[in-house]
Amino acid sequence: MVATTVAPPVATRPQRPRSRSWLRLIVLLAIVAVVLYPLIWMIGTSFKSQEEIVNNIGLLPERFTPGNYTNGWGNFDVSFGRFFFNSAMVSLLTVVGNAVSCLLAAYAFARLRFRLRGMWFAVMIGTLLLPGHVLIVPQYILFRSLGLVGGDWPYLPLLIPQFLATEAFFVFLMVQFMRGIPRELDEAARIDGANAFGIFRHVILPLSRPALVTTAIFSFIWTWNDFFRQLVFLSSLSDYTVPVALTLFIDSTSQSAVGPMFAMSVLSLLPVFVFFVAFQRMLVEGINTSGIKG
Amino acid sequence: MALTTAPDPTRRGTGSVRPDATRRGTGRIRHGEGLAGYVFLSPWLIGLMGITAIPMLLSLYLSFTNYDILTPFSEVQWVGLANYERMFTSDPSWWHSVRVTLSFALIAVPLKLAAALGVALLLNRAWRGVGLFRGLFYLPSLLGGSVALAIVWVNMFNRDGAFNSFLALFGIEGKPWVNDPDWALETLMVLAIWQFGAPMVIFLAGLKQVPTELYEAASVDGAGKFRQFVNVTLPMLSPVIFFNLVLETINGFQGFTAAFVLSNGTGGPVDSTLMYTLNLYITGFTDLEMGYASAMAWVFLIAIAIITAIFFSTGRFWVHYSDGEDR
Repeated sequence: MVATTVAPPVATRPQRPRSRSWLRLIVLLAIVAVVLYPLIWMIGTSFKSQEEIVNNIGLLPERFTPGNYTNGWGNFDVSFGRFFFNSAMVSLLTVVGNAVSCLLAAYAFARLRFRLRGMWFAVMIGTLLLPGHVLIVPQYILFRSLGLVGGDWPYLPLLIPQFLATEAFFVFLMVQFMRGIPRELDEAARIDGANAFGIFRHVILPLSRPALVTTAIFSFIWTWNDFFRQLVFLSSLSDYTVPVALTLFIDSTSQSAVGPMFAMSVLSLLPVFVFFVAFQRMLVEGINTSGIKG
Repeated sequence: MALTTAPDPTRRGTGSVRPDATRRGTGRIRHGEGLAGYVFLSPWLIGLMGITAIPMLLSLYLSFTNYDILTPFSEVQWVGLANYERMFTSDPSWWHSVRVTLSFALIAVPLKLAAALGVALLLNRAWRGVGLFRGLFYLPSLLGGSVALAIVWVNMFNRDGAFNSFLALFGIEGKPWVNDPDWALETLMVLAIWQFGAPMVIFLAGLKQVPTELYEAASVDGAGKFRQFVNVTLPMLSPVIFFNLVLETINGFQGFTAAFVLSNGTGGPVDSTLMYTLNLYITGFTDLEMGYASAMAWVFLIAIAIITAIFFSTGRFWVHYSDGEDR
C-alpha cells in the first residue's frame, strides 16, 4: 500500500551502483534510530523501577515494572481517568465544532457569490498567520467578564472559538478541496431546483468527506496535544486535561515521580500514536495539500 | 494577507490562493445567493468579530493602560506609552526574551530545514520502503509539540538521561544540560530539529514536481551531481523552501510548551529559556500585568508582520516560479 503512493519520477534514470544505495540505506537507518530513540527510551523508562531509572542506563528495563502505571494513574487527588475523560471531551467537541463551522465558511468562500467576498477571504488568509498567543490576554479578559472562566462548565472558552471557524487552516484546506469538486454538479443540482442550501446538503457535503476526515484527525491531534490555551483557561484540578495534569508532575520535583510521570506521558501519547498508525497516509497527504503542520 | 501572494508550493500551476469564482469574472450575484453566502459565513464572521477583531482592539487599548485582572474596568488608568517605554528602555528581561527567541529561531529553523531537505533528498527515489521511512520521520512532528514529549526530552538531557549515557560510551562525562544556562536552550533547539518530518514531507512533494528532463539536460551538459543540485534542484525547489522557511520561522517564534516544561514555567535556568511567549504568559497570568502583557503582544504581532513582509519582499530575488505566476 505504501509503495504505490510514490510516483516514480526518476525511474527512467540509470540505477546507481549497488554500494551507493546500501550507503543510503545505512544513513536512513541511522536517522530512524535517532528519531525513534527518545520514544523507545520513554516507553522503556516507564517500565523501570525507581532504582533502575537511576542506575540502569540501558534502553529497556531489566525487570519489567508495570507499577508506574497504577501509581501514576492515582498520583494526584483526581485520577488520571478524569483527566483523560476531560481531554477526550474537549478534543471530540473541538472536532465537531471545526468540522461544522469550517465547512460552512469554506462553502461560502468556495462556491457562493456575495458582496465583499474577496475582502473576507483575504481577511481569513490573514488570520492564518496570526499567532494565537497575541490574543490570549484579551480573550481571557472577555471570557472572564462573561463569567465563563472557571464557570459551571469551564470548557466553553476552549470550545466556543472552535465552533466559530477561527481555525483558518481548516477553512483554507476545505476551500482548496472544494475547488476540486466539479462545478457541473452544482449546475445539475440547480437545474433540478436546488438552491444554495440544497447544493450544500446534496452535493458539497457528501463529496467533502475526505476534507472533513483530514480536518477531524488534525483537529483531534492538535487539541489533544494543545497546552497553552488549556493552561490558561483551566484552573481547578478536576477540570484539568492531560497536558495540564502532566505538568503537575514537574512541580513535585522528587525523583520518585519520574517513573509514574513517564508512564502517564506514554499513555497520553497513545491516542496520537493510534491515529498515526491508522491514518498515516492521510496525515502525510494532508500536510501536502495544505502545508499544515502536525 | 501575506499568503495571498504565495502559491501553494506543492501544486504548481493550479492558480494562486484566491476563491474560485473571482477567476471566472465577477458576474452577477444570483438572486438569493448573496444572502445564502452570509448565512453560511455567519459563524466565521461572528468568530472573526468576537474571537479575533474585538479582542485585538481590546488588547490595543489595554496596552495603553495599567490594567490587571484584579481592578474593575472603571478604575483602569490610561498610562499612554508607558508600557512600551518600559519594554524598550527599562525591562532587561524583555530584551532577554527577544534575544532568546531570536537565537532559537535563527539557529533551530535553518538546521531543521537543512535536515528536512537532506533527508528528503535521500528519500527522493522510487523504491520500496520509502513510505515507511517517510511515515517514521513524520511521527516526531505529531508528537513533538506535546507536554509529554517535552517531559521526556528534559529527562533525556538531564544528569541521568539517555544523552549522557550515550556520551559515556565515548568516555565523555556529561552534565545536566537542562540545568545549565549555557545549554538549556540548545536542548530545546535539538527538540525542534528532531521534528524535521513535517517540512520534509513538503520538500518531498516539491521534489517530485521537478521535471526529470532538467536533470537529463544538465547531465548532457556535463553537470555533476553537485552542480545539478545547485543549478536545478535548489531553484526548482525555491518556492517550497520559501514556504517552509516562512512557516517554520513563525512557528519557531511561538515556541512555548517545551520551554514551559523545561523551566517549570519560569523561563529558567537564569532566564535562558525565556521564550517571548513564555515571558508574555508570565507577565499576563503570573504577574497579572495584563496591560503590559498586551503591549508585549502587540509588539510581537508587529514584529512577526515585519519579518513576514521582509521574507516576501526578499523572496522575489531568490524564489523561482517556473510557471511565471505571481511575478
